[in-house]
Amino acid sequence: MNDIPEIAPTFRFQWEEAQDCYVILYPEGMVKLSGSAGEIMKRVNGSHNTDEIIADLKSAFPGVELDNDVRNFLDNARDNGWIRYKT
Amino acid sequence: MAGSDTKRSQPLWLLAELTYRCPLQCPYCSNPVEIAKYNNELGTEDWLRVLQQARKMGATQLGFSGGEPLVRRDLEELIGEARRLGYYTNLITSGVGMDRDRVKAFKEAGLDHIQISFQASNEELNNFLGGTKSFRHKQEMARVVKEFEYPMVLNIVLHRKNVDQIRDILDMTVELNADYVELASTQYYGWSRVNIDQLLPTREQLARAEVVAKEYQEKMKEKMKIIYVIPDYFENRPKACMNGWGAIFLTIAPDGSALPCHAAAQLPGLEFPNVKDHSIDHIWNDSDAFNKYRGFDWMQEPCRSCPEKEKDFGGCRCQAYMLTGDATNADPVCDKSPHHGKLHADVDRIGGLSGTKEFESKPLVFRNMRNSKELSGETAAAA
Ligand code: SF4
Ligand code: SF4
Repeated sequence: MNDIPEIAPTFRFQWEEAQDCYVILYPEGMVKLSGSAGEIMKRVNGSHNTDEIIADLKSAFPGVELDNDVRNFLDNARDNGWIRYKT
Repeated sequence: MAGSDTKRSQPLWLLAELTYRCPLQCPYCSNPVEIAKYNNELGTEDWLRVLQQARKMGATQLGFSGGEPLVRRDLEELIGEARRLGYYTNLITSGVGMDRDRVKAFKEAGLDHIQISFQASNEELNNFLGGTKSFRHKQEMARVVKEFEYPMVLNIVLHRKNVDQIRDILDMTVELNADYVELASTQYYGWSRVNIDQLLPTREQLARAEVVAKEYQEKMKEKMKIIYVIPDYFENRPKACMNGWGAIFLTIAPDGSALPCHAAAQLPGLEFPNVKDHSIDHIWNDSDAFNKYRGFDWMQEPCRSCPEKEKDFGGCRCQAYMLTGDATNADPVCDKSPHHGKLHADVDRIGGLSGTKEFESKPLVFRNMRNSKELSGETAAAA
């Protein structure tokens, strides 16, 4: 898949010092992300496609089998409306 | 100190009620009846300090509300600072006082989300309930909000006069491309308490409305999130009001008084600390008002020994006070409360009278400064 994911304009992704984790913010709500989810979302910036994101994660976490987890997470993120794909 | 055995909480949600001035006059407004007494509004510097201090303590969600927050000319500046501090900023507005330039300026300043309230789905009823010709302007503003790619929440407060139009209301929100729809049942404090005889829906109305709400929730589930809550007077368990007293919510009223919930000003025997005199840290952690109903030690029976107390915290303190005269009682919405029967009898009394001509023709008391002075004068005289 060569499509490039980006954060949807109706959501915000940021580091929350007080929660000690990355969060997704939306009208009157917040989702706290796990460490690995935060690492993936951090790389969703509208300029890298899914393969590049996976490659980057592999070099940051060598030896971890993460292809499927990343793809599943991104599918979920899209279903939740957090991200969208630029084509 | 009273019951702070729970783990140290953080004020995650900061509600900044910038002003009680408002061009509308909704008879169900949840602002205090005493709005006319709040003529001493905080200045810009005070608000900037509040934003900074609360953010430091972990506040993430920020709501600018009122009254009508657009009345404040420093709103753009406050939004800018909120963005700089990293808040997710929600603007809760009637849309009156908004125009395209301002929506654009808010976007540039970093506003995240706009919520517009409608009084009804047709011009006549909307304008009657709001006491202002505002319907077309609101629709226009909803379109502008979407044009600038904000997530948009449309909020419609439901009551006996408009709940039968729920289908039209939902069609309107679909047409306007709302991302979220809040069909908020009137909560009976503030002005709606004054007008309860005219506003409380009947059980039959609610049953019909619920069917329609469910239908649209199903039909629109990919596109629009519909939040529909029935008024708690019809339930047998109270809502977990504010997620517990002093647990995550912090409201600052226009004069700077800090409240654990926006209706709390009416509770007797509490002195609410003011941000002009104290830091948010002190207010949240050390003030008597914020510790008063924290945790569970303050509870009486039946809540004290109830296995459900961690789920609903005994309900709403304001409702307990209003309906039983003692804020430490169980919220009478709960069927374990000895006052529950009286509450439901009252609901049925109003239900029985509704539809009758003389009952329905009783005029609504609109929320405005003149009525506020009259009503608060009366309360003072009676007290
Ligand atoms: S409910 Fe109506 S009167 Fe009250 S603040 Fe909102 S728009 Fe103004
Ligand atoms: S008795 Fe009190 S704690 Fe138990 S369910 Fe009722 S309101 Fe909640």
